[in-house]
Amino acid sequence: MSWIRITNTENIPLREGRSVRVGDRDIAIFNLGNRFLAVENRCPHNGGPLAEGIISGKTVVCPLHAWKVCLESGAVKKPQSDACVMTYPVETVGDIICIDIPANACAA
Amino acid sequence: MERLVVVGNGMAGVACVEQILKHAPKFEITIFGDETHVNYNRILLSSVLAGEKEMDDITLNGLEWYRNNGILLRLGVRISAVDAIAKTVTGEDGSVTGYDKLLLATGSSAFIPPIPGVDKKGVFAFRNLDDTRNILDRAQEGTKAVVIGGGLLGLEAARGLQVRGCDVTVVHLMDSLMERQLDPAGGEYLRKQIEQLGVRVALGKSTSALLGNGHVEGVVFKDGESLPADMVVLAAGIRPNVELGRKAGLAINRGIVVNDFMETSDPDVFAVGECVEHNGIVYGLVAPLFEQGKVLAATITGNRGPLYLGSKQAAKLKIMGVDVFSAGDPNAAEGAEIVKYEDPTLGIYKKLLVRGNKLAAVILVGDVNDSHRYMEWLRADTDISPMRRSLLFPEPSSDDGRDVAQIPEGDTVCGCMGVTKGAIVHAIQSRGLNTLAQLKECTKASTGCGSCTTLCQHLLKAVAPDFEEDGRKVLCACVPFPQESLREIVRSQRLKSVQDILNIYGNGVGCEICKPALSYMVDVVWCGDHEEDRSARFINDRVHANIQKDGTFSVVPRIRGGVTSPAELRKIADVADKYKVPLVKITGSQRIDLLGVRKSDLPKIWADLGMPSGQAYTKGVRMVKTCVGTEFCRFGTQDAIGAGVELERRLENLFTPHKVKMATVGCPRNCAEATVKDIGLVGQEGSWQVVVGGAAGKSVRKADLLITVESTEQALEAAELFFQYYREHGNYLERTYDFVERIGMEKIRKETVYALDPAKKGLLDRLRKSKAISYDAWQEGASPVNPTQFVQIEAMHSPPGYFPPEQFQGAPV
Repeated sequence: MSWIRITNTENIPLREGRSVRVGDRDIAIFNLGNRFLAVENRCPHNGGPLAEGIISGKTVVCPLHAWKVCLESGAVKKPQSDACVMTYPVETVGDIICIDIPANACAA
Repeated sequence: MERLVVVGNGMAGVACVEQILKHAPKFEITIFGDETHVNYNRILLSSVLAGEKEMDDITLNGLEWYRNNGILLRLGVRISAVDAIAKTVTGEDGSVTGYDKLLLATGSSAFIPPIPGVDKKGVFAFRNLDDTRNILDRAQEGTKAVVIGGGLLGLEAARGLQVRGCDVTVVHLMDSLMERQLDPAGGEYLRKQIEQLGVRVALGKSTSALLGNGHVEGVVFKDGESLPADMVVLAAGIRPNVELGRKAGLAINRGIVVNDFMETSDPDVFAVGECVEHNGIVYGLVAPLFEQGKVLAATITGNRGPLYLGSKQAAKLKIMGVDVFSAGDPNAAEGAEIVKYEDPTLGIYKKLLVRGNKLAAVILVGDVNDSHRYMEWLRADTDISPMRRSLLFPEPSSDDGRDVAQIPEGDTVCGCMGVTKGAIVHAIQSRGLNTLAQLKECTKASTGCGSCTTLCQHLLKAVAPDFEEDGRKVLCACVPFPQESLREIVRSQRLKSVQDILNIYGNGVGCEICKPALSYMVDVVWCGDHEEDRSARFINDRVHANIQKDGTFSVVPRIRGGVTSPAELRKIADVADKYKVPLVKITGSQRIDLLGVRKSDLPKIWADLGMPSGQAYTKGVRMVKTCVGTEFCRFGTQDAIGAGVELERRLENLFTPHKVKMATVGCPRNCAEATVKDIGLVGQEGSWQVVVGGAAGKSVRKADLLITVESTEQALEAAELFFQYYREHGNYLERTYDFVERIGMEKIRKETVYALDPAKKGLLDRLRKSKAISYDAWQEGASPVNPTQFVQIEAMHSPPGYFPPEQFQGAPV
């Protein structure tokens, strides 16, 4: 695993998400006010861009068909489903958001 | 048909006419009113003063009602003479009108005490809409206001002024407030609570003069003390208007004397309301006046039989948030047992006068929940010996419906509107009502002071098969209030951001349902002058384009009225080539859609197009489709293109509860399908029909006619009125076709195209204010609200194989 410096915290507005490309990965990072969370930017339903969703507490709502995904666990909360997205550990160092990218992708 | 002339267009007179109309049509009716307004709810003037209601909210019978019932209405005409021999009335405008039957419903006037200086500027009565308007013009934050009179009317005026930020003192001649309805102890409870709310009360003060040079500056009392005043409101009582009765030669005491059939001393002249004296009593509260009206209606239509035997006087009201109920004469305590309860901390005072095991009078301050029980005991003269152990606090009932079942059918539930339990039950059953809103609309019950709301709800619960509590239809679990309440909260609490609403009235978090709804709400309530929070809006409203199934976006420039040009088409074609737009499509809305655009290309495309946003992605103004109209079409009767382009210009860039699609057509062939649009203008020879609430989506619905007008400008204004009314009263995600069915076209017309001028002006002013702040969203391409809105963020260092610097070693996972 390796920590990657991603972007300045001010680039992700409060209670919004932004997608970021890290190599061939598309990652959605969200600003929850007191912390940043990152998940794979692809809804397990139809591949919708989660970074464009409305945040509701710790979940994001996919803009395509309103699936709800927990940003902490990556689990789909609505509808009932076993599907989940990959989550990435996030740390901020100073003003910089850093994400831990695993060497081999695996579901969280 | 006989001619019935009604003098007086107030609540009692018009309510009596409503009752007369329920009998077989017998009269050609003319109503004269000296005010310039249609019949309104005088009881709610205090709510207008307090800003809880707008002037147009308190209209009881709109012009349409008069028209539909064939009543000739003459407003702003005072009748100055009656000739009972020639059977004519003469107006101050010189008009002479003959009658077969005359109904005097002249009401009462404010008593102006004979004090030097009452004619100064800044001295007002508080009796009608004009008074209210004059007071409002004068009352500013910090204005020193003195209200003379500590009765019902005075306290209501004081409350209104206090809410407006005035520095208010109530001056009362007697030693106790509302001394006719309350005893001294009850008056004292009321005084304490009112003073806690910041209104000063000066008791036992006899005013000797109003000071000031032209304009009032102060009030002087007999005891030599004085008070500074920027304005004075006189609420020292009312006097029945009996002058016309006297001119008609009727028997008069304090009021026009009537018998139990509501007949005066002249067989062709009748009287009802506050100008009437029955059995020595002049009634000033509204419920008895409605009872009189019913009896009078029977008598005058030849159904003489029902008797008016006087009313038990009861007053139930909220004075500055303090509930007060009084019935019977609470000051006639002689020979009566007194049962009472006091809680000074809670401000609750209850006192019953019992005579011979029967209730004689009751006073309730601070807790009026049992008022209906007491009223019933008074009316029915109930022997209360079986209830003596629970007189002040009823034993908790295991059966919620029992209280309702106890009320007799003929009993008045809503005193303001004179609606009986029987009428409510009948309406619920025959019309299948299930909600309080439906009940209000259908019967008018609970639309006055609102003190019977709980009882109405209990009735619905007991009778309606599919009772729905209105409160249940909340916006969502995050902010569990109905949208109507939320709009009121946003307005009254001056909330301008979504997060503030969620923090104070909700769970602080919100979701994809409530956030966009609240975003719309703060926008419409503050006419665009709110704190915009893009995180609370759907992605389409952050990037001003419609997200597609693959995460790309569609771009629809505004093409007003569907009218474009070769130059515009060339630009669109060039953009489509340059950005390799995968699909270019003509939409169903006479526009062009560029599909499959990447988010990061949006600002560049908008700049290259140089056209404004068509708002095809949002709950807002979509388009106005047009037919060719008189421009080229050989059948066209109206300039559909001109009207459509203008309509689109006036409304574009505004947000609405749901999308608004419009169309204008130049003839009834309806080529642009205006009759299935949210708003449509249908041209015909010499006029336009303005239609609303049409749909051709998931369901198909033919639009309802709002109004037919002659000029294009009138048609545009009618469309604007409806548009703004829908913006203000529509629930988020409620299309106009659901909206018109929920509200009802009759009410919509009454509150838009047939509203009084100030109400219309209010709607148009708020529309213009919103419009002035609105802007073409695509201008944000050059300066986005958030700098990274359209930017694809790239990682600062590219993986793989990147190893963090020292400070990252051991960073927690």
